Amino acid sequence: MRVYAVDVLVIGAGAAGMAAAAAAAREGARTVLLERGERLGGVLEQCIHPGFGLHRYREELTGPEFAHRLRGELEDSGADVLTGITALEVFPDGPKVKAVSPRGLKAFSPKAVVWAAGARERPFGALRIPGTRPAGIFTAGLAQRLLDLEGFLPGKRAVILGSGDIGLIMARRLHLEGVEVAAVLEIQPFPGGLTRNVVQCLHDFGIPLLLSHTVAEVHGRERLTGITAVRVDEHRRPIPGTERHIEADTLILSVGLIPEVRPIEGLVALDPVNRGPRVNGWLQTEAPWLFAAGNCVAVFDLVDTVAELGERAGAAAARYAVGELPAGKKVPLVRGENVTALVPSYLDGAAEGARIYLRVPRPLEGVTVDLGGVVRRPVRVARPAEMIGITLDGDALSELSRREEIVVEVKRSG
Amino acid sequence: MRIAVIGAGAVGALIARELCRYEAEVILFEREPDVGWGVTKANSGIVHAGFHDEPGTVRARFCALGNALFPELAAELDIPFRRTGAYVLAFTKGEFSTLRELLVQGEANGVPGLEIHRREEVLAQEPWVNPEVVGGLWAPTVGITLPWELAIAATENALKNGLELHLSEPVVGIEVSRGRVRAVRTDRGRYPVDAAVNAAGLFADRIAQMAGLDGLFLHPRRGEYVLLDETTGSLVNAVLFPAPTPVSKGILVLPTVEGGLLLGPNARDLPSDAREATETTREGLEEVIAGAKHLVPGLPLHKTVKTFAGLRPESPQKDFVLGETKVARFYQAAAMRSPGLTAAPAVARWLAREIALAHGLREKGNFNPKRTRIPHPADLPEEEWARLIREDPRWGRIVCFCNRVTEGEIVEAIRRGARTLDGVKFRTRAGFGRCQGGFCTDRILAILARELGVAPWEVTARGGGSRMVLGEVRP
Repeated sequence: MRVYAVDVLVIGAGAAGMAAAAAAAREGARTVLLERGERLGGVLEQCIHPGFGLHRYREELTGPEFAHRLRGELEDSGADVLTGITALEVFPDGPKVKAVSPRGLKAFSPKAVVWAAGARERPFGALRIPGTRPAGIFTAGLAQRLLDLEGFLPGKRAVILGSGDIGLIMARRLHLEGVEVAAVLEIQPFPGGLTRNVVQCLHDFGIPLLLSHTVAEVHGRERLTGITAVRVDEHRRPIPGTERHIEADTLILSVGLIPEVRPIEGLVALDPVNRGPRVNGWLQTEAPWLFAAGNCVAVFDLVDTVAELGERAGAAAARYAVGELPAGKKVPLVRGENVTALVPSYLDGAAEGARIYLRVPRPLEGVTVDLGGVVRRPVRVARPAEMIGITLDGDALSELSRREEIVVEVKRSG
Repeated sequence: MRIAVIGAGAVGALIARELCRYEAEVILFEREPDVGWGVTKANSGIVHAGFHDEPGTVRARFCALGNALFPELAAELDIPFRRTGAYVLAFTKGEFSTLRELLVQGEANGVPGLEIHRREEVLAQEPWVNPEVVGGLWAPTVGITLPWELAIAATENALKNGLELHLSEPVVGIEVSRGRVRAVRTDRGRYPVDAAVNAAGLFADRIAQMAGLDGLFLHPRRGEYVLLDETTGSLVNAVLFPAPTPVSKGILVLPTVEGGLLLGPNARDLPSDAREATETTREGLEEVIAGAKHLVPGLPLHKTVKTFAGLRPESPQKDFVLGETKVARFYQAAAMRSPGLTAAPAVARWLAREIALAHGLREKGNFNPKRTRIPHPADLPEEEWARLIREDPRWGRIVCFCNRVTEGEIVEAIRRGARTLDGVKFRTRAGFGRCQGGFCTDRILAILARELGVAPWEVTARGGGSRMVLGEVRP
């Protein structure tokens, strides 16, 4: 097996990976980007709706347009790109990465690796919904690929479980392609996705959103024939007597994304809430040669953020490859009140320009994000769908890096 | 001599294979579009030792015999089989005395190696077990396998040895005249036969009725399961049973040959006509989880990838119905409830011999017992994988990322008979990983359509009306 020596190996050519590879190459690192699919862009390619790029490019782009911009940046950077190649194993000794493609098995011996494999969708089976197991149950991303990339009609009448952004987007896409969307069910008492998507994807088309509802049972032997919808109480337990049958041949699930960590799972510590690797302000994992960026770290709300983190990880990996990445005392960030997703997991005194990203568990009004009492940022409305990002200036960073730990919490203001 | 075998589950497929050892024309009929899709498909996959069964029963006899045959059979058919051993766990004094009864019963059945272990010994070997355990019955000969892979492998091997396989062809009538079976009728035709074997699983009583026999009564007993992902299987080493009740062996926790953890089954007796009631229920899944947590409290339930239910055939006698019937040349391997999978190889061998002896069939000189599995290059040495890719680059294209299944494997599965998404999944494990097909279903669909020469909207999940997509968005 041939072994290729490189400075930075980036795995995954979605937004994070493309941005990481471009940034690493711009730093002068010999950079190779591996993509298991045939095209670059990852999940952006199937997101044919607009709404991307408002932060990064100051204009509204579709997913493929956003990917196209990043491909341009990647080409300009001089990074090498390989497609149709799947990373199989990541070995800490070396480090070494084994990969396979129709051209054969290959090994890479990089000085630094950026893991940018994105996220997978939580499958139907994980929900333990009772009933039969008919055809016609799809995760939203799979339905999106079938509909938007392959041009196939997944069904004629759909119910969508979960009002995350992909679920909302799919409700509109299905409606526009002539599929009747009977309802979107959301187990929480508030929508899972961005407000603009609730308005533009459901309200504008008269698609009902049933909050505090879930699927109690699925029906149908061969193809789905319907579902039993049920209202749930505040503990998400079905309320007896509120069941109702909804006829549908298609059930689409938008019930969460899980960071993809497979070949690096045993190598580094994972954050139990984010479910991705613990990283510092450079997006560096607990194995110093391994960086991680994008939705494989935690699930982010905007691709703009994912690309920005990719750039940060790629540049840091390039500096690490030549021994120029500063290291400082690791100060863990600890979740306090009202914090779910939290990135990074610790601050490294030297991580200048670091941003802290966090999510809240439920909608909160008139709150303050508090970072160890040093940074206090008032937030008028905090929603679970929207990540809150806080940039640390030099003073805050130097103050925080003297601490033993930093408690991050979201408290009622005043 | 022409012999029909009705039902291509593990039992029927193995009987067909055993009959192919002899100078006979063997036809295997299956109502489903693939083999192993009935009782075989949703099964715990345990090769039992034989201590659960009362001495003197047909079950007890064939369980011990079948267990002993498994290593050789697994080697011949190249299917996964691992002797993990099993613990029956006791949490009370009463349960602990049940262990002694099981030990005595097992020894009477000829089960080797049974030992009673004290709490410390159990916990040393199985650190995740509920620390309230007071002791366990250790059964080293218990193993795990893939039941559907057994049915697939046995059928493939039988095909190599002359079997004629008729899928999607339900038997609708058995012609009997002057006290002996003459022909099998299906929805497609009439097949004159010299003998017939009823291995129709959950439907064996209906087949028996077609032959004019009315002594067999079956009802489905549903068992629900929860499967955890492939990172969880190392939490336990052995199959873990609770102390059994008179109704069932209880809800188990066991490692699967694929590296996951299987919880279940519960046991719910259904009305006789509920032969397709494979739905899971809220109460059932809660019962399975409670039962499994009783054995292993720290189960990582957030790693659930799937829940499912299977039906097993129960009869009032609670024992297998084997051998020739009042209708001459009409044989049965029916009411094969647990430990039916374990017993199947021994039942098949015995029944084929009975038929051969009764009809003076000679063994073929050229029977080849060997079948090789579809190569899974991710498990092969690098040089072999590299060689496969040089021969056909599709062995280097990963389609299912979770289980690292290549396009080469999927094409090979289709060449060997997969016609549906489930057919591919059960043969290759593509789509069986933690994303449950989220990333690969569209790709498998495309490969199936291409290889079968059909439109993607004609491809089904498991036959019938189970189409995956309904057509083009803009035809």
